[in-house]
Amino acid sequence: MQNSDLMSERSTTFPAGIEVERQHDPDTGADTMTINMGPSHPSTHGVLRLVLELDGENVVRCTPHIGYLHTGIEKTMENLSYYKALVLTDREDYLSNLCNNLAYSLAVEQLVDVVIPEKSQVLRVLLNELERIASHMLWLGTHALDIGAMSVFFYTWQDRDLILEIKEHMSGVRTKTSWICPGGLRGDMPSGWYERVESFLNQFPKRMEMYEGLLSNNPIWLERTRGVGVLTPQDALDAGLTGPSLRASGVAWDLRKSNPYSGYEQYEFDIAVGQYGDVLDRYRVRMEELRQSYEICRQAMKRALAMPGAPVRTNDRKIAPPPKAELDTSMEALIHHFKLFTEGYHPPVGEALGVVEGPRGEKAYYVISDGSNRPYRVRIKGPSFYNLQALPKMCEGRLVADVVAMIGSIDIVLGDIDR
Amino acid sequence: MVDADVRLGLSGSDLAIRNKTFHSALTMTPGTLDGISHRFLSVVNEHGLQESVVDFQNCNGIPSFTVTPDVIEAFLRIAKENSSYDLLSDCFGVDRLAFSTAHRFEVVYSLYSIQHSDRIIVRVALALDQPCPTAAGIYPATVWPEREIYDMFGVEFTGHPDLRRILMPDDWVGHPLRKDFPLGGEEVEFSHNVREQESK
Amino acid sequence: MGLETDQPFLTVSMNKVVNWARKNSLWPATFGLACCAIEMMASTDSRYDLARFGSEAFRASPRQADLMIVSGRVCKKMAPVLRQVYDQMPDPKWVIAMGDCASNGGVFNNYAVVQGVDQIVPVDIYVPGCPPSPDALIHAIMQLQEKIDQERFSQRY
Ligand code: SF4
Repeated sequence: MQNSDLMSERSTTFPAGIEVERQHDPDTGADTMTINMGPSHPSTHGVLRLVLELDGENVVRCTPHIGYLHTGIEKTMENLSYYKALVLTDREDYLSNLCNNLAYSLAVEQLVDVVIPEKSQVLRVLLNELERIASHMLWLGTHALDIGAMSVFFYTWQDRDLILEIKEHMSGVRTKTSWICPGGLRGDMPSGWYERVESFLNQFPKRMEMYEGLLSNNPIWLERTRGVGVLTPQDALDAGLTGPSLRASGVAWDLRKSNPYSGYEQYEFDIAVGQYGDVLDRYRVRMEELRQSYEICRQAMKRALAMPGAPVRTNDRKIAPPPKAELDTSMEALIHHFKLFTEGYHPPVGEALGVVEGPRGEKAYYVISDGSNRPYRVRIKGPSFYNLQALPKMCEGRLVADVVAMIGSIDIVLGDIDR
Repeated sequence: MVDADVRLGLSGSDLAIRNKTFHSALTMTPGTLDGISHRFLSVVNEHGLQESVVDFQNCNGIPSFTVTPDVIEAFLRIAKENSSYDLLSDCFGVDRLAFSTAHRFEVVYSLYSIQHSDRIIVRVALALDQPCPTAAGIYPATVWPEREIYDMFGVEFTGHPDLRRILMPDDWVGHPLRKDFPLGGEEVEFSHNVREQESK
Repeated sequence: MGLETDQPFLTVSMNKVVNWARKNSLWPATFGLACCAIEMMASTDSRYDLARFGSEAFRASPRQADLMIVSGRVCKKMAPVLRQVYDQMPDPKWVIAMGDCASNGGVFNNYAVVQGVDQIVPVDIYVPGCPPSPDALIHAIMQLQEKIDQERFSQRY
């Protein structure tokens, strides 16, 4: 304990770079060394800082230090109207933008009590699953890169870029679309969009085979991941783990099944559950999730294509803007439009929780309304914040080279942790 | 420095609305447990803790129990051990400055039961500078969130294993998520006289 | 031109040749901060391929880098780290502020975020966008190359 305390004191003055401090324990005869990893380190997936106490190559103690990306998003959202605050949800966990949009929208929709049309539910599911694929693609590429398999990165980014292009096609931006908003979607999909998704989905199973071929039976990969960073189900629950990392420990819990939202109960899919809770299992669970997401995408595509021209936004003009065409002809539409974007709406006093199964786990937005046009308090539950709490438990007693594999396997996003 | 409202690009009419809604203190009537049936409530009754529930609200389908700090540990313990709320879904703070409640802060524990797929909220009502007993002994996952509440709201947790700032720098002064902490940031250009223009 | 000797050689101004060498091998330091870092990574991937412009070799150690791409929001806790990484880079060095947040705080005009990284380090190129697309970053690097071309090499050493 003393060691890392000393270290953290010194490190506040010299935070970057690597510092080494040696410590000799006269009682046990152990020589330990405290080193600092991050916050500017290529394998910590952002600006995470770890203080590792090492005995030779073994990690004795690992202390994560976070907050290097604290952006004050919760406070800023309290100062924006409900509609404007939506854009900040994109920027919080920046690898699952549409899932964040959905969680926030679900919370606000409960507050204002609005029912959204069927087609927007279907498209929400489709977009969420595409987002999950994109996020897992990034995870796979960087995780493999950390462990030493460079080429996987180049392949996964191709797939991710295809999804970003799908998003760009519908909204004009590659990542931060804010396309899911309280009241439905920003708009219907443009022509040619479904064909693009279709062509992406058509080539996807083959790509999955390729990834499996590159990694799943690769002896180096297995050696680096099997039996590393084991978490028992109890450890996982104690740390508050959610999402694929929890399922890899053998707890079969997926919000899409247990508390379905946006009509997930109508889709046929399985949830992947691991057995040993090690890095390899987390990899396998996510790979299986990719396949299941693909299945859901197929089903959602079928549904969406069966509803051409159906509305994707609620008709409640207080919550969602009127269609563009109406603005040219109707004075009332113009007033609604103006009111919505200047003042916004005033949900009644109350509290609501919007929660979705994001790529990293349970993503929750807790919104408290005081009756004004801005949220009184928005709490963002980042799954990575809780997932990272399990890291010290995983690291202790393991080799320092495995630490990057464990960080990669819980798939943290620093924007999600620090908000 | 121009205040946060103007900096965020709000027009005069926005501000008028804001003043009207914000400065009328919101009265909250505490809800009672009468006529409520919930599986957690029967456990609470069994342990004779129903008296210490000072407020009950239904947060869009999620039952929320507000309790006083002295019983929170007992409450969380029966939630975990007798009602199978085994997963701490979230733990966060709320500053009730604008509400006419007797307490200032709330520490909210959102608990989930994987077995029953349901969720409850347990919250502790705290006055300014009133410490709260830590829940780290019951739900170890609260260690970091409680540090965050300490950092953001200044709520002290007694018995916490490692109470330090977590998100803000160690030498930071103040608790950013308190309602009386200014939003900060920079002045937006050409917004220096928005308030004067309005009063004309 | 010395055509008479059997050892061919070329005379050219020192400025030109040094700048030519500098601008075509800009090695960025990996300084990914937030969302923009994802687009920075995208610019090195197989579709955008920053390697075409000589800048794909992202260096984990600032000692080996001469370009710092500040990709994302810099919060007050990170600011001293950023400055230290910058100080550790050997001269000559350049800085690109990628994205609105790094340029001026972007949507986060609040207590936590540094309102523009130019308050901490000197910035050569600002890239607008939230996040800027990889094309925009590549354009910024090409602009920086043009800028380097017009510099007097002895001003930076
Ligand atoms: S400019 Fe936008 S994309 Fe870039 S870091 Fe800021 S919020 Fe993220």
